[in-house]
Amino acid sequence: MFETLSLLALQQYWWIIISILASALVFLMFVQGGQTLLYTLGKTEDDRSLIVNTLGHKWELTFTTLVTFGGAFFASFPLFYSTSFGGAYWVWMAILFAFIIQAVSYEYRKKPSNVFGKRTFETMLFINGALGTILIGTAVGTFFNGSLFSVEKGNISVIYDSAISRWETPFHGLEAVLNWHNVALGLSVFFLARVLGILYIVNSVKSPTIFERALKQMWYNGVPFLVFFLSFIGGLLIKDGFAVNPETGIVSMEPYKYLHNFIEMPVVAIIFLAGVVLVLTGMIRFMFLRNNKGIWFAGAGTMLTVFALFLVAGFNNTAYYPSTFNIQNSLTITNSSSSHYTLTAMSYVSLFVPVVIAYIYWVWKSLNKKQMAIEDLNEENTHVY
Amino acid sequence: MIDSFDYSLIDWSRGQFALTAMYHWIFVPLTLGLGFIIAIMETIYVRTGDPEWKRITKFWMTIFGINFAIGVATGIILEFEFGTNWSNYSWFVGDIFGAPLAIEGIMAFFLESTFIAIMFFGWTKVSKKMHLFSTWLVAFGASLSALWILVANAWMQMPVGMKFNPDTARNEMVDFWEVLFSPMAISKFTHTISSSYTMAAIVVIGISAWFLLKKRHLVFAKRSIVIAAVFGLVTSLFTILTGDYSAKVIAKNQPMKFAAFEGLNVGQRGAPLVAIGIVSTTPEDPENENIKDFAFKIEIPNFLSYMAFSDFNAFIPGIKDLMEGNAEHGIMSAAEKIARGKLAIDALAEYKLAKEQGNDVKLTEAREILDKNFEYFGYGYFIDNPNKLVPSMPVTFYSFHIMVALGMWFTMFFGIVLLLVYKSKITGSKFWLVVSIINVPLAYIASQSGWVTAEMGRQPWVIQDLMPTMTAVSKLDANAVITTFILFAIIFTSLLIAELSIMFRTIKTGPKPLTEGKVPPTEEHIEGTAENDKFINQ
Ligand code: HDD
Ligand code: HEM
Ligand code: HEM
Repeated sequence: MFETLSLLALQQYWWIIISILASALVFLMFVQGGQTLLYTLGKTEDDRSLIVNTLGHKWELTFTTLVTFGGAFFASFPLFYSTSFGGAYWVWMAILFAFIIQAVSYEYRKKPSNVFGKRTFETMLFINGALGTILIGTAVGTFFNGSLFSVEKGNISVIYDSAISRWETPFHGLEAVLNWHNVALGLSVFFLARVLGILYIVNSVKSPTIFERALKQMWYNGVPFLVFFLSFIGGLLIKDGFAVNPETGIVSMEPYKYLHNFIEMPVVAIIFLAGVVLVLTGMIRFMFLRNNKGIWFAGAGTMLTVFALFLVAGFNNTAYYPSTFNIQNSLTITNSSSSHYTLTAMSYVSLFVPVVIAYIYWVWKSLNKKQMAIEDLNEENTHVY
Repeated sequence: MIDSFDYSLIDWSRGQFALTAMYHWIFVPLTLGLGFIIAIMETIYVRTGDPEWKRITKFWMTIFGINFAIGVATGIILEFEFGTNWSNYSWFVGDIFGAPLAIEGIMAFFLESTFIAIMFFGWTKVSKKMHLFSTWLVAFGASLSALWILVANAWMQMPVGMKFNPDTARNEMVDFWEVLFSPMAISKFTHTISSSYTMAAIVVIGISAWFLLKKRHLVFAKRSIVIAAVFGLVTSLFTILTGDYSAKVIAKNQPMKFAAFEGLNVGQRGAPLVAIGIVSTTPEDPENENIKDFAFKIEIPNFLSYMAFSDFNAFIPGIKDLMEGNAEHGIMSAAEKIARGKLAIDALAEYKLAKEQGNDVKLTEAREILDKNFEYFGYGYFIDNPNKLVPSMPVTFYSFHIMVALGMWFTMFFGIVLLLVYKSKITGSKFWLVVSIINVPLAYIASQSGWVTAEMGRQPWVIQDLMPTMTAVSKLDANAVITTFILFAIIFTSLLIAELSIMFRTIKTGPKPLTEGKVPPTEEHIEGTAENDKFINQ
């Protein structure tokens, strides 16, 4: 089935899978957003227990999606893996640290004899929520703005100096925060995660006081989200982009490249717009109608928007990981991918994804059948964080 | 060039990988084994309906959860470290190596992390049968993730199913099944999981023995011991079997590693097995500090040959044969391999040049030389320092022998425990209860030693014969890696301290008292209650 596809078709198929994983990841970062609101939404110990526990039922899903995103990127576009991770060392290391401390925090926060005390683990949840989202967003910003790296595969035959990918600035990724456009995306992701966190919490938790506080927080986070997001999108539409000539593989700067991508791929533009509208719908229904189902609208909207942005970054002959050091070294889905054989094999594995989605859906439904109330946490038959 | 080469970057990068992998490995084997032990216990609960079994299941699940969280925390870094610290490696073999990592995420991690939610939060939300099924899925999910990561690791030790492509300067997969079913993958997987099951059984027995010594939760402790000892006896026999098979696979495919961990300097027919030995501190060979003799040793004649090739008279090459060559047995010298490797490396450069110039004649010529010598490609990087081809003999020798000795001992130990249980003497035999507790750290040592043998013995290769560690490393400043190394050391150690403290506290508190079901609360359950109140009130 897959072996008859051309290499290009497989590369596109895999870029679509990467985009889906990325979109799922951003949606699931409602966990991170919720973590940063622990003390804002929760004024009593009971409130906070509810919030931590409801987020705690989902944190592993986000975490695993991140891990799988990394693994899938490695398997399908290994040159990105080796160039970006090894090059933008500090950014990725900071992101990883932010996730290491998350993984233990739920389980250890309230356990007796946890050495560091409850507040330390709550602080770690906050750091994860803030740093994780901002840095991932900023790192993805470089997909549009480029980084200073070079790639020379011939280096493999240079003994004692064989690195093929090199970062051409000693800042190793930290320089990404000097570009406002990257940071605008980072902050958009951060505030979006908080918006989603609010919507998830009001949906899954039974507490009128949290609900009221959440309404207020929606303004404080929804407005900055829109400001940063619109400035990011505005900047994206007017900026020059990294265009690839499909015949020669030569990369050149093209004015309004990303705007052109939207226009030349109308389906993607429609997906993008539908996504934005859905996110707004979710927010508005909650803010003005006090409807607590906003997470489903905003969640679906987030997935569509991020999906479309990834397609704009990589499709229509665009370099998705541009090098501003030497634009001919920019990574495209054609020059950074795995071989035809590996992509084919992996495509068979991807058929497994619907099964995964199906059982995640089943488990989610079984656990979120009714809203979590504080009495549920005193029940002896469950595991409480 | 060699003078300006920064070896400290490599050493710190290796150190960082070793640190993080070994931390991860503190928690992984318990997850692997305890998952099944819990599933067996819950099965008995569902079959008998006896609430005591539910209480047992839930206690071990709490232990599982505490251990699992930190296993996840230490795992994420490893996955990304291939990119951050071994970026050249990630390109050179990413076409093959990335696949198992991605499959692991899609097939195993999601399974594990999704159904663990049912296992912990679903007691009242899904049916009893569904809950049990979820527990089994978690156990299988964990072992499935072990499968894929170990396939990846096995492939580094024995690269198969691929072909080098000079146009992309990387290895490309040509046969997925060959990668999945290579003998090394089979031995790695079967040995690693069976050893992990063994380790978990030791831990369960150790903790239960402590309760027996304290005369608390007797029913709980005895039942746990029976399950764990039976499970442990079966899996430890399997560990020995698969360990022996691993040794055979290595003798064939990684003879240098084999010679190093067996301490064989000079090859011979009917080689003896050094059962116990102390390596002398002075190098035997003035040319190569890694070749050392024994200050003291006890040997079993001809046994090494038998172990490696099932033939008491088979020839086993020693470190010296592998370095200097041995024409009689058709072993090529290191110098010859290096020369051929250099030819391959230069041919790759030629090939690239010819391609740029559009010179087809030179292109085919270079390609031929490359293909002919590719199996020695990695050796070419050792042109100035062939001695680096020898892994550290003392480290691998000791770690290997510690693991094997403990593996034998554990099998005996399970037998003894079962005998005591059978004779209803386990509660009273203080000596064996203390031994059971001491065994817990020993199991961890055995397991870590296994990895030290496997990974240090593979040195200097990241990909056996094709890519040395020094070529694999990311181009970073050594100080950057030193910084992250220190950060990892601090953070993992802190988390480990928290984990141990929580773990000990949870054990001290003991299983929660029964409040439902038919069995009336007995003395020991009540005794647990006071502790429990403290627990809740904190
Ligand atoms: C023999 C088994 C085994 C081995 C050799 C390794 N792991 Fe592991 N790993 C597991 C068995 C396992 C596990 C038992 O399946 C864990 C423990 C907690 C968990 O989620 O699964 C796990 C967790 C775990 C996680 C977190 C998974 C999650 O999000 O749920 C990651 C990213 C990795 N591992 C990655 C690695 C890498 C890159 C390794 C290479 C050095 C590695 N592991 C060695
Ligand atoms: C699939 C699993 C694994 C892979 C792919 C892997 C890969 C690697 C890599 C790339 C390095 C650094 C380069 C080198 O020094 O050779 C390394 C080193 C090391 N790994 Fe692993 N590793 C794996 C599992 C483990 C585990 C679970 C442990 C156990 C605790 C472990 C222990 C070590 C040690 C001790 C070193 C240092 C070796 C040295 O200093 O030379 N490895 N491994
Ligand atoms: C009699 C018993 C045993 C024998 C003959 C044996 C044999 C081996 C051999 C030959 C290796 C090297 C594999 C390599 O270099 O790739 C190995 C590795 C290993 N051993 Fe054992 N072993 C035994 C017992 C144990 C025990 C008791 C444990 C832990 C509880 C253990 C855990 C490991 C681990 C984790 C590895 C690294 C993974 C691997 O390479 O397979 N082994 N063992």
